Amino acid sequence: MSNIILKIDNVQKSFGGLKALSDLHLEVEEGKVHAIIGPNGAGKSTMLNVCIGRLAPDSGTVTFNGQDMIGKEPHEINQAGISRVFQTPEIFSDLSVLQNVMIPALAKREGAFKFNMFRSLSNETEVNDDALHVLEDIGLIDQIDVHAGSMSRGDKRRLELAMCLVQHPKLLLLDEPTAGMARHDTNRTIDLLKRIKERGMTKVIIEHDMHVVFSVADHISVLAQGTIIASGTPDEIRGNPKVQEAYLGGAHL
Amino acid sequence: MKAPTLKKDLFVMLIFSAVILTMPFWLEPLGAGYPDLLQKFAIFGIFAVGYNILFGLTGYLSFGHAAFLGVGSYTAVWSFKLFTMNVLPAIVLSVLVAGLFAAIIGFISLRRSGIYFSILTLAFAQMSYNLAYSVLTPITNGETGLQLAKSDHRIIDRLFSEAGEGLPSTTFFGLEMSGYSGFYFCAVLLIIAFFISQRIFHSPFGIKLQAIKSNQTRMKYTGYNTRPYLLSAFVISGMYAGLAGALMATTDPLAGAERMQWTASGEVVLMTILGGVGTLIGPMLGVGIIKYFENIFSAMNEQALHQIFAFMPDWLADIVVAITSPFVGEGWHLTLGALFMIIVIFLPGGIMEGIERIKKLFSRKTEKPVQQAEDNATS
Repeated sequence: MSNIILKIDNVQKSFGGLKALSDLHLEVEEGKVHAIIGPNGAGKSTMLNVCIGRLAPDSGTVTFNGQDMIGKEPHEINQAGISRVFQTPEIFSDLSVLQNVMIPALAKREGAFKFNMFRSLSNETEVNDDALHVLEDIGLIDQIDVHAGSMSRGDKRRLELAMCLVQHPKLLLLDEPTAGMARHDTNRTIDLLKRIKERGMTKVIIEHDMHVVFSVADHISVLAQGTIIASGTPDEIRGNPKVQEAYLGGAHL
Repeated sequence: MKAPTLKKDLFVMLIFSAVILTMPFWLEPLGAGYPDLLQKFAIFGIFAVGYNILFGLTGYLSFGHAAFLGVGSYTAVWSFKLFTMNVLPAIVLSVLVAGLFAAIIGFISLRRSGIYFSILTLAFAQMSYNLAYSVLTPITNGETGLQLAKSDHRIIDRLFSEAGEGLPSTTFFGLEMSGYSGFYFCAVLLIIAFFISQRIFHSPFGIKLQAIKSNQTRMKYTGYNTRPYLLSAFVISGMYAGLAGALMATTDPLAGAERMQWTASGEVVLMTILGGVGTLIGPMLGVGIIKYFENIFSAMNEQALHQIFAFMPDWLADIVVAITSPFVGEGWHLTLGALFMIIVIFLPGGIMEGIERIKKLFSRKTEKPVQQAEDNATS
């Protein structure tokens, strides 16, 4: 069995009286694409927020690459190697597309804080080349000087993905990367995800679109009412009656 | 939106330096070519350029920067009293003390953002202002203000010469700090200050500050610890304010608490917004316009207005003077307020936005003939 890169153990999280996550266990293997599916309100986004330090769980542990992640600041978690694509794109709307991608590249190179006020940004050729390379890969190369805030929603999503990819994270978390996308863009994203998969980057992906999930995932976990009810390969999940009952409403996949 | 190259930056610097250093000549016909006012341009220019590093780049609106200005002035005067009338140690000390002060206030205020940050800085500045009048009187000399006295020690000066008759004046290794030499001294410091600000704007550090302004959440999840970035920007802008305060004291070795009042903090906010927040040149333009008009309008009175409108029939002139008189002299702030409102409503990006719009208008006009020529060529 290969290496477990992310391990969520016994995590509980309540908002007031509402139990968002109860007794959550999840293990993500290195190099795999691990999809999390589940009905609305199952706690999928809450789970990701716990992983990146946005929310502190009430109890339980999150271990990434052998390190305990609980209580760490968001920037420490990112520096440890976790990048996240949000459900609504979080980009730097006031900056150009190229700058948007250069900033995460600089974070990877310079760490959480570096005071270099006399260095010229135009001399950062390596960071510049990294950014251009990723933008080329993701198909935004003809828009590098565009104001990021003025882009279409689909392009913003791809830009955010580029911002994460340029960091070469050990673990990439994607929160519904194709939500609100047209069929054409969805297919493009699937192709892109498959290409990234070949590079061996571990990914946890939350997705509603079953077409996307079954095209890219190596492993699927089903989350319902804050806990994992089933976990396995796509074929196993497809045939699991418990999953069909709880989530797919008996519909045949 | 590519990062400008060093070459282009140096070119801008060269033009900026030329414009600043020739100010006495081209401001002469405008009636502003005298050293006192020129010095004011340079000093407030430094203040605003520094303030813009915080407000323009990070978007954190501080309402307390006058406190650093005041601290700079007091430190400079103390340096004149205790050590020497040479301005160099005074300036260095002021910048350091203001920076230290900014580090403390910034450390606490930056725990909050948005309006809460503004209120915290305002509270600190007002606290400093009131302390200067009350508890800290031994240091600030309260309402009278801190002044030079014949009994001052001036340890370093005493090493080289005996105390002369009367109060000594500030010098830079023999160069008098009044008149044109005083202006050129401030102008050179302004050019250096502008150069540093330009480097910050175009450095990785500067672009990260802009990214914090744009989306701080994303910055955190991108692996940046945003607090030290913000604190650095705060301290740098505090040091600029300290430098401006020190220069005020070098031209007139007197420091009073009114320099720390919130109105003084508000003025620099006004200047920055009027010129264009987050642009390199904008704050400088804002300073120029506000200080120039302050100079002209506040000196006017009803008689002067009567002279201006003398070409009108008497009855009309009386009406016009009656309408305009509240806007001049003491009432000049009314003009400033009206000007500020017009700019914020019609040009939220300040004068720099206006310039950009005019540029676009012209480039469109010049593009058209080219387009036509191409059309002709193809047809």
